[in-house]
Amino acid sequence: MTDYILEMRGITKTFPGVKALENVNLKVKEGEVHALCGENGAGKSTLMKVLSGVYPYGSYEGDILFKGQVCQFKDIKSSEALGIVIIHQELALIPYLSIAENIFLGNEQQSAKGVVDWNETNVKAKEMLAKVGLQESPATLIHNLGVGKQQLVEIAKALSKRVKLLILDEPTAALNEEDSENLLNLILTFKRQGIASIIISHKLNEIAKVADSITILRDGKTIETLDMKADEVTEDRIIKGMVGRDLTHRYPERVPKIGETIFEVRNWNVYHPQHLERKVIDNVHLHIRKGEIVGIAGLMGSGRTELAMSIFGRSYGRNISGQIFKDGKEVQLRTISQAIDNGIAYVTEDRKNYGLILIDDIKRNISMASLGKISRRSVVNENEEIVVAESFRKKMNIKTPSVRQLTGNLSGGNQQKVVLSKWIFSGPDVLILDEPTRGIDVGAKYEIYTIINQLAAEGKGILIISSELPEILGMSDRIYIMSEGRITGEVNREEASQETLMKYMTKSRG
Amino acid sequence: MGAIKNLFKNNIRQYSMIVALIVITLLFQLLSDGILLKPLNVTNLIQQNSYILVLAIGMVLVIITGHIDLSVGSVAAFVGAISAIMMVDHHMPFWAALILSLLIGAAVGAWQGFWIAYVRIPAFIVTLAGMLLFRGLTMVVLNGQSIAPFPKLFQKMSSGFLPDIDGNGSIHTLTLIIGVVLSLLTVVQEFRNRRTQRKYEFDVLPMPWFIAKLVAIVAVINVFTYVLAEYKGIPFILIILFVLVVAYSFVMKKTVMGRHTYAIGGNEKAAKLSGIKTKRVTFWVFVNMGALAALSGLIYAARLNAATPKAGTNFELDAIAACFIGGASASGGIGTVMGAIIGGLVMGVMNNGMSLIGLGIDWQQGIKGLVLLLAVGFDIYNKNKTA
Repeated sequence: MTDYILEMRGITKTFPGVKALENVNLKVKEGEVHALCGENGAGKSTLMKVLSGVYPYGSYEGDILFKGQVCQFKDIKSSEALGIVIIHQELALIPYLSIAENIFLGNEQQSAKGVVDWNETNVKAKEMLAKVGLQESPATLIHNLGVGKQQLVEIAKALSKRVKLLILDEPTAALNEEDSENLLNLILTFKRQGIASIIISHKLNEIAKVADSITILRDGKTIETLDMKADEVTEDRIIKGMVGRDLTHRYPERVPKIGETIFEVRNWNVYHPQHLERKVIDNVHLHIRKGEIVGIAGLMGSGRTELAMSIFGRSYGRNISGQIFKDGKEVQLRTISQAIDNGIAYVTEDRKNYGLILIDDIKRNISMASLGKISRRSVVNENEEIVVAESFRKKMNIKTPSVRQLTGNLSGGNQQKVVLSKWIFSGPDVLILDEPTRGIDVGAKYEIYTIINQLAAEGKGILIISSELPEILGMSDRIYIMSEGRITGEVNREEASQETLMKYMTKSRG
Repeated sequence: MGAIKNLFKNNIRQYSMIVALIVITLLFQLLSDGILLKPLNVTNLIQQNSYILVLAIGMVLVIITGHIDLSVGSVAAFVGAISAIMMVDHHMPFWAALILSLLIGAAVGAWQGFWIAYVRIPAFIVTLAGMLLFRGLTMVVLNGQSIAPFPKLFQKMSSGFLPDIDGNGSIHTLTLIIGVVLSLLTVVQEFRNRRTQRKYEFDVLPMPWFIAKLVAIVAVINVFTYVLAEYKGIPFILIILFVLVVAYSFVMKKTVMGRHTYAIGGNEKAAKLSGIKTKRVTFWVFVNMGALAALSGLIYAARLNAATPKAGTNFELDAIAACFIGGASASGGIGTVMGAIIGGLVMGVMNNGMSLIGLGIDWQQGIKGLVLLLAVGFDIYNKNKTA
């Protein structure tokens, strides 16, 4: 069986408390484009980290065979030496170095030991750039390039390492239509040159276009490997594999009890904080009613988070204009504390950087936004604080021995429950939840959904922003769709489907 | 036993610093043939280190917010110089000069806080500039010369003692009484804490341990006041320090303002998104630092009985070292007022002890440097182990 360039057999990887991968198998043929599909948290990235040596040999079980040889990578360098190169979703380029310097970073062209040969560097960089079809001088600084071109530089960097197997993690997530098209064609060009690729993507139409075969993961297990031609694979077929049969039970049952409009935003315009001429949010109107869960769908960069943060006490953007109404009365939310006082809460998409103080314990994180509630004449009652934290620990089922545990030591799901507790304790009427289940395992997701439903049942207005369409569809009563800073569509639960959402999400200006 | 284990585990840093302080003290007590803890020397120790301890209190707040202040030595010298001009040259009354000086210090802090909090220039740069600027201004206002002597009343601030009530001279009775009163207050407070904790149904120390803890605290307080009473009683400066430590510990531990300060150092973005006015808090932390730097400058000038252009040189480094030895984290969010005081005392006892046994200033510097490195190294080793 030498026609496989890569075989991963029975890979099992456990993290404390979580089995991320369980007996996963992946076989990639010589010179094919192999797609890896699965929901967030299905284990795709973990599998690729095992392959590239981020998780070294010994930290997982199972075998990796590259070109028939058993490999025991101890770090990224050793996998790259064989020509396995991974390009991560977050690009790893250094913004204030040139293209050429980035391409040969860690692999510098040297004339004598330790001395960089700049002629060689530039000549070779040009060569690589030609291969990926990027017409830029090798001396251009990375931060002057758009995301699409940066992606190409990453690929050029991979080529300079004599890549045999190229792994792309969500390569088109941040790209526009045209750049995506270019990138996919490039992958097909490489294929003709005999370079195999593994592509991780959520965009099923792209997979259908470039992939020869496809492996589907779910909950850390291999579900199936399909041959795109032989098996006549359709997008529906892939989705079925990804979500399994129990799709209907992933979201807890709920009977919506929707009341009056509680929160409304009119004529909302926001400009970019640095590039003042760039309009990030363009004339947005939206409203939320009591007990209603409203979803916002949109691609990355469509302005969802910017919209939410600009509403939440103008924590994003400049030259903000528009009106906000709460319970029918206009309110001014000029600062975050005003927003909190008016019963608005915003649960960030990035809980580690914007949501939690990781070096502080659970109780202090929960009380942070509402210290006034547990203090008298600005003196904090620490005993009361513990009581409050304990009650949330029980109510939210935060799995921890004590509320004195540092939040940095908690799992993603429990961290998210702490952030939610913080905002629930602030006593909001309207909660804006930005990617509330990002990076959380399936079980904890269900718990978070249950909490969200409870909040809605208490008559609060909920706005959910999510990149996962099934989540938006499964949770929302009504959905706004954003694209390029505008709301391009509004659909009710009954008329919503992935297709309609996708249609509005990709609707561009003009 | 679980409660005790927990208590110790949660406070290992605090306890290990106290243990280190005790070990260092005993070591030098032995090496110096018992001179270190003689009443005269203990009084000296307090007076010698008071101005660094005052700075350390302000500095630990700055470090908790994740910043640094390199200018405090220069600011102390500058305010000392101004106070000399006010009191010596212009015969301004002592209290008016004192208040004005503190206000000037606060204004200096506001100047630096503005650039740091609102313009967002790194504190290292702003206060490095301040260090040069205010050292320069000190020389300008003093014309490069010292001004002396200060009025008697002002000198008392750092070299005076609490007067005695009977005045028979053998032992300072009032000091002993204060020791007893403080012990009583502590005992009452501890019992009240215990009762509220019980009310909330939290774990408390078992009774015998609790009593043992109280006995230890009471013993320490009374031995300390007895030692002071054997010499001239309680120095004024100790009262100032005591009030500052109690007040700032209370603010940092118990108040909303204190919580906000820790939150900013722990994660400024998360703090901001939780409605904390991060800029305003940072600004006021620097205003406070300025005022305490001024106080430190006044104490130093009063002790020296002169304002000199070189006053306060390297004070900032001692204050910063005190904070880090006392467990503050260089990346912010962690640190206590009490820790900074203990760190300052570790440095102070070492300085004093090494002088007593005749070690030269050259070795003193080197050893202090190593102690700083080891203390922080131990801290980081501990953290990595528990994480």
